[in-house]
Order: sequence, then structure tokens, then C-alpha cells
Amino acid sequence: MARAVSTRRKIGFTVLGWTVGLLIFFPVLWTVITSFKTELAAISIPPQWVFFDWTLENYVEVQERSNYFRFMMNSVYLALGSTLVGLIFAVPAAWAMAFSPTKSTKNILLWMLSTKMLPAVGVLVPIYLIFRDMGLLDTRTGLIVVLFLINLPIMVWMLYTYFREIPVEILEAARMDGATLMKEITQVLAPMAVPGIASTVLLSVILAWNEAFWTLNLTTTDAAPLTAFIASFSSPQGNFYAKLSAASTMAIAPILIIGWFSQRQLVRGLTFGAVK
Amino acid sequence: MFRRALATGAISLFAFVGAAGAQTTLTIATVNNGDMIRMQGLTQDFTEKHPDIALNWVTLEENVLRQRVTTDIATSGGQFDVMTIGTYEVPIWAANDWLVPLENLGDDYDVDDILPPIREALSANGKLYAAPFYAESAMTLYRKDLFEAAGLEMPAAPTWDFIEQAAKKISETNDDVYGICLRGKPGWGENMAFLGAMARSYGANYFDASWQPQFESEGWKTAVDQYVRMMTEYGPPGAASNGFNENLSLFNQGRCAMWMDATVAASFVTNPKESQVAENVGFAPFPCGIENCPNKGANWLWAWSLAIPAGSQKAEAAETFIGWATSKDYLELVAEKEGWANVPPGTRTSLYENEAYTSKAPFAEATLNAINNADPSIKDDKPYVGLQFAAIPEFQGLGTAVGQQMAAAVSGSMSVEQALSAAQQAATREMTRAGYIK
Amino acid sequence: MATLQTKSAARLMMAPSVIALLIWMIVPLSLTLYFSTLNYNLFNPAETPFIGLMNYRFFLSDPAFLTALQNTLTLVVGVLIITVGGGILLALLLDQVFYGVSIVRLLVIAPFFVMPTVAALVWKNMMMNPVYGVIGQALEFVGIGAIDWFSNAPLTAVIIIVAWQWLPFSTLILLTALQSLSEDQKEAAEMDGAKALSIFWYITLPHMARAITVVILIQTIFLLSIFAEIYVTTSGGPGLQTTNIPYLVYSQALLQFDVGGASAGGIVAVVLANIVAFFLVRLIGKNLDA
Repeated sequence: MARAVSTRRKIGFTVLGWTVGLLIFFPVLWTVITSFKTELAAISIPPQWVFFDWTLENYVEVQERSNYFRFMMNSVYLALGSTLVGLIFAVPAAWAMAFSPTKSTKNILLWMLSTKMLPAVGVLVPIYLIFRDMGLLDTRTGLIVVLFLINLPIMVWMLYTYFREIPVEILEAARMDGATLMKEITQVLAPMAVPGIASTVLLSVILAWNEAFWTLNLTTTDAAPLTAFIASFSSPQGNFYAKLSAASTMAIAPILIIGWFSQRQLVRGLTFGAVK
Repeated sequence: MFRRALATGAISLFAFVGAAGAQTTLTIATVNNGDMIRMQGLTQDFTEKHPDIALNWVTLEENVLRQRVTTDIATSGGQFDVMTIGTYEVPIWAANDWLVPLENLGDDYDVDDILPPIREALSANGKLYAAPFYAESAMTLYRKDLFEAAGLEMPAAPTWDFIEQAAKKISETNDDVYGICLRGKPGWGENMAFLGAMARSYGANYFDASWQPQFESEGWKTAVDQYVRMMTEYGPPGAASNGFNENLSLFNQGRCAMWMDATVAASFVTNPKESQVAENVGFAPFPCGIENCPNKGANWLWAWSLAIPAGSQKAEAAETFIGWATSKDYLELVAEKEGWANVPPGTRTSLYENEAYTSKAPFAEATLNAINNADPSIKDDKPYVGLQFAAIPEFQGLGTAVGQQMAAAVSGSMSVEQALSAAQQAATREMTRAGYIK
Repeated sequence: MATLQTKSAARLMMAPSVIALLIWMIVPLSLTLYFSTLNYNLFNPAETPFIGLMNYRFFLSDPAFLTALQNTLTLVVGVLIITVGGGILLALLLDQVFYGVSIVRLLVIAPFFVMPTVAALVWKNMMMNPVYGVIGQALEFVGIGAIDWFSNAPLTAVIIIVAWQWLPFSTLILLTALQSLSEDQKEAAEMDGAKALSIFWYITLPHMARAITVVILIQTIFLLSIFAEIYVTTSGGPGLQTTNIPYLVYSQALLQFDVGGASAGGIVAVVLANIVAFFLVRLIGKNLDA
């Protein structure tokens, strides 16, 4: 598999690759660096790169002001909860679409995707009223339902494309052996579907974690996730770059680390069956 | 290490028991400005005095806060027990019966001590509907050292023409200093707050007595012309996206010779921890365009205030909290913990009679004068409450749309005339639709 | 062929998802439809008289509407061009063998995990600010001079920020597609004396076509509703230069608190989205059948 590559070519690509990679990563890196500066150092001209007094005061202050862990736990609950509910709904639907397709399958899929295109803000007031009447405002349950519905089309789509890659012959063989539907799923399909499900889970978690409209507008305290945490640090009166950077770092670190660790699964599933 | 962990555990256990014993939990929505964040940090003083009330803070950026509380109060969502709102909302919300009048703020609260223009702005039918946490007008902040070096002297009542010449002189002699920094970021509470005040200093209002928008009037033309000229010639790059904060950063970095903005900026620019020019800041009134400036040049009034939504089940506890947060004792508490310069400004007469404060806050007198001179009430030629804004529901959208056009003029993608005529059209359209213009 | 039994089983399995999404769509949508015929301002919720199609007339006759429509399309197309073009180049780069390629890949995908609000705040304040933004400083250093992004090229600035966030997504998909291209095919072509460029043009690119289709489809869905980046950086300005349809609806709903107008705008946006969806399906749906 390995190609024979000349050393010169390899070094050339190393320089190019790292330059491009660092350029793309730079805004994230700069946020992390700035989070260790004082507010005055954060806006100094020219910018200070490494040689400044590194300080943790921003993190201390951010934590003193708002209990980060409460927000983070809500983010975790919402991301995992909505993903779990989403799986329960999406797996059977995608399975049916992949293995018993009808003429309307594609239309249903695209209709599902099209529900993602309506601007959320247009339906804020109706949803707020419904939530108020059902007592769902500022509850994790309410938000899990919303986030699950927002991500459901993408989950069905991903699982569908992934399941379709599974050779039908295997299923047919199992059916010949007289396997029931239940067995078909648990013993034949599941093992082959795990990677696809894993990457679907990842994408759904990322999208739910970063959703910032509903999570801001339907929560106050009990269910408020990290997006609300950020909203209390963006553009206050006074210098705020360093504190904002610290808060941002805290808000994106968990999902970034998870994403990095699981990027291989993510890559496999993200292809939406696009790779043949 | 272990002992410390144990201690922390014991404290949080104690806190938990304390919370469990509490009768009422108040959810307080507030804006993420420094003074409110300080209040959050001083919560303990309140809960010690009132162990039966627990506090839950929801701190949000101004725009997000506004959309949250407005949606909630208009749909009776009941998510908040105390809301932080401004002088724009209070008259509208009070007229809708959305707020609980504040009549039991405590025996030693002394309502009459609240500065008269502020009290007026937060009252309707003689009842106080919100208690001011901090208040502001507008003023001129300038660099004494740069003025001295340029041989300039700030007059006691500067005019815009003087300001323009001073900006020219200073930016010509200093390479890395901008002559003037002003708000350019679009929004009814951003550039329009400034431009509304500036246009008024040229004698122009948002609407005339029959609610016709006035953006094509002489006063607006002169003001916006001069504003755009100063910003493009002597202002910082990117002026069209600079709001209060961006200008504050520039000023604190020593990049601005002059800055006209909210009086609350004064305590930030004189704080040596945040500002590199803390020692060299001078204060003057907001400039004027014409002689006999309306309101003596004080054309801006704003107070972040605490109010209770009608229908709240916890109104009594909420009022107790508001009584604490806006009391004289609270000012003393902040002074004791953080120093007098950090006390929330602009609300109480007694604060400005207190020498401990006036000696620590060089901007005290200028702030007091600006606030006391501001009169936002309805006049013969001005059918709305407000100075830098008009307290009608339509103003938020309309003001922001107009602010967009002004930003386009500053960024040079439109001429001043085009921008004002587009603003006039948009405003007339909206006012006609809302039924003001028959 | 699926039997009758499995067909009904399949329906049963699809039902929960379909019903859930139907409810999610129909309930708010019918309320929105109803509100769109009322003069309903949140500041005055007691009086909401029926006004027929006035809200639609007002929304569609708003001079901002056509500008917003145009900006929406520019934004979507601009971001797609950058992310697909840049994604192909990045995929080609990451397909090479070099030192630390796996770490570089991690660096490249990082923006995908950043919350849109955070990304916008960071770009606005710390990257693109003409006075202390890093980009301005760098351009100043090489003698070009800082660019005042949000005044002089606001839509471009927004496109850059959004493209930065979506570049990892397209890169990942295209990279996977690229890596599935068999070496034999390329080697065979090289033996025939084909130039690198023509290998790319005649072999690599066609191979990636399907992946590119997927990138375009998924991204268009998300790009049509871009909001946070505009809200944080330019508030739709200066003028109307960065106002897109979602932002226009937002300003109706949460700046003017005009629920009636915003509902009409929401319905218009739904119709527009469905038109786009229709064309998307015709354009690339075929490609997905394979």
C-alpha cells in the first residue's frame, strides 16, 4: 500500500501540510493562548505570542461567576439524551428504508431533510406557547425532544446510506435459515451496522452540543447548557477578550477532545455512502 | 490537599442544606455588565439577611436577554421572577400592566433619594414600576495629555465644530491616535443611541408631533454629515462595527483622543487595571450643535433597572430582593468590598453628596449634571417618551433598520443623503403600517 | 423483492420517525400560518385582529426582501465554492505521505467542533478586527495594511467565517473518497505517461463526484439557515449587505417582536427552502441513486 516517496518530496509536503494545518487551526489556538492572558495583554498591539505573564485568573473568574460544570452537565445530558431518542426512532426507519425500499423512500428522505430548512426563529413563539402550556420550558425533557427532532432527519439519512452498504445477500441467507426479524436485526445486522451507528451518534452529539437557538431561548437555569454559558460572556461592558477566550475554551474543549479521539469513526460514517 | 477537599465538601454540603431549607427561589434575569456581575458576587450578603430566599442567576448578553425576557413576559411564560430592563421597556410594559408596581421596597429605602429624572423615567401614573440599578447619560471623555500637547483646551460646553477641529488637529500630529471614536455598530441601542443624542443636539427628533419620521430634516442631515465626516477622516478603521465595547478597548489602549458615549464608561477608563490611560482622562459634557442646546446638551438617559413581571407567584420575595439590590446599603456594601469607584453610578442623590465617593470618582460631577439635565418626557414637538430612543414598541425594529443605513454611510457604501432617505422611507413604511401615520 | 409482510413491517418501522417529524412540522407550521394572518405584536398581545394577507404583502414588498434573498444565495454558493474547492485541495494534501500527517488532520478538522457563536466571536474580535485583529496585524507587517473586513467586505467576511467552519466537513468526506481510489488505477495511468493534472481531471475528480454531491446537499441544508455568524459579527449590516432570509425573519420576530410579520416571513422561507430542495433533488438526486 505504501507508496515510495522521495525524501525531498516528503519534506516539501511536511512543510506545506503543517503550514496549512496550523493556519486553519490558528483561530482555535489563538483563543486558547488568549485565555491565559490578562485583559490588557489580550488587546495589546502588537499581539503577544508566547512571552507574556501566563495567568489562570480568567478561568478562576469564569468559574466563580458561573458554575461551569452545571452547564456542561446539561450539555452532556441534552446531547446524549437527544441522540439516544434519535437512535430509537432513526434506526428502524433507516433499516426499513434501506432493506425494503419503495418508490416513495427517496421522497420521504428528502422531505425529512427539507424540514431542517425552515428558519427556527419563525416558529419560536408557537413553540414557546406550546412549551409553556405543557410545562416544558427550562426542562431537559423539552429540549431533548426539540434537539432530537432537529437531528432526526440527518440521523435517518446517515444510517440509511450506511445500512445500504450492507450486502443484501447476507440478509437473504439469514432469512433462508428461517431467522426472525428480531434475529435478523440483533445477530446479523447489528454487528455490521455498529460503525455506522457510532458515527451517526457522534455527529448527532456534535450538532446537539453546538445548537444555539433553541437551547438559548427555551431555557433559563435548570436546563441551560454551554451555549447559555457563552451568552453570559459575549460582549459585556468592559474588556472581555481574555475571559471570553477562557469561557470559549471551556465550552469547546469537551466536544473537541471527543471529536479528536473518535475522528476515525466520524470519517467512516460521514461519507453518507458517498464512497463506493 | 485532602483536608482542603474535605473542607470544600463540607461547605457545599452546608450550602445544600441551606438551600433545602429555603422557602423561595427567585430566578433573576440580568445583563452581563460589570456592575451586575459584581452584584452576583455579593449575593451572600443578601442570603445571609434573608435565609428564606435563594437566588438563581440567569446572566445573558444584552440582546439575548432582551429577546428572552420580552418573549417570556409577552407570553406569560413565568420563567423569571426579577427582570433587568431599561428605561425603554418600562413605560411600554407598565402601560400593558405587565409589571408589578414597587410599593414595599423597605422602610429605609428612601424612594425620594433616586435622582428625579430616573425616578420619573421608571414611573407611570405616579407609581414606580422598576428600581434603578445603575443609570447613565452621555458625556465626552478625552485625553488631557493629548489635548495639552496639541495646545488645545476643552471648553466647559464643547460644540461639535470644536470637537471636529480638535479631532483634526490631534490626528494630524499623532500617528497612532485616532482623533475621535464613536459608535458605528448598527442597532437601536448602539449607533442610534449616539446618533439620536447627536441629532437632538442639533435640535432634531425622531418624529414630529404627528409622528412623521424626521430623518430628512435639517438637524439630522447636519448631524449625520458631520458624524460620517469625523468618523471617516479622524476615526478608527472598522468604525462601522464598533460599539461601546470596541471603543472602550480602543480608548483603554490609548488609541482615541476623544470618545462621546455613556457616562458609565468613565469608571472603566479610569480603572488602572483595565486602562493604560487611566491617569489622563478628562470629562466634559456631551457636545452640542446649536446654541441653547435642548436639555442643556444632555440628550441621553438610560437606567438598567429591576422589575417584577405581573402574575409572579413570588412578588413579595422579589421585591425584597430588589429593595436590597438598589438600596443605599448596597452601595455601601460595594464600596466596602470593591472600593467607591466601583459603586453602581447614577441612581441616588445621596451618593453624589457623599464625599467618600466624589473624591474617588473624578467623573462624579459630570455624570450627575448630565443625568440631572436630561428630560425624556413628552413635549409639544416630541410625542414620545425618550431622548436617544422613542419608547414605542415599533422603535426597536425601526431604530435598528435606520442604524443599518447609518452604518452603511460610515462604511462608505452609501452617501449620507442616500442613507437618510432610505432611513426615512423604512421608518415611514413602518409607522404607517403600525397605524401612527393616518 | 420484499414480501408483503416485510413491507408492512417496514412501514411500521418508519412510522415513528415520519409521524414525529410530521407533528414537529405541522403543529408549529399551522400555528405559524394562523399567526401570519394576524396583526400580532408581542408588545401588544391583547389585540390581534385578523388582517388577511397584509403581513405577506408587507414582507414581500420590503425592499430588504430581495436583497436578503440575493445575499442568502451568495452566501450559500460562496461557501460551497470555498469548501468544495478547498476541500479537494486539502484532501489531496492530506492524502500525501508526510511527517505528522495524522496530527495535521486533527488540526484541520478542529473548526467543525467549534460552536458557531464562539467561532463568530473569535473571528470578529481576535482575527478580523482592523486594529488589534491578528489578520490586520499580519497584513500590516507585510506592508499591505489592515483590511476593514466588516465595513468594506462584510459578506466576504461572513463567507470566510462560515467556510472555515464547514471546510473540515467537506475535507473529511472528500479525503475518504480519495483514499478509496485504488492505487492501481493511478499507477496504471502513470505508466501510460499521464500527467498529474490529467490524472486528477480524468480519474480522481470523477471518482469524487458522488462525495461532492453529498457535501453540497448536506451543506446547503445547513447554509440556508446560517444565522449566528451574522448576528454576532455584522447584525446584518452595514446597510443590508449581510442580511439573509433567516436574519430578516429574526429581525421581524425578535427586534420588532412582530409575530405576525415574522410568521409570514417564516412561511415564505419554508416555501423558498422547498423550491431549493426541489432543484437540489433534480440536480443531484439522480447521482445519489447509484
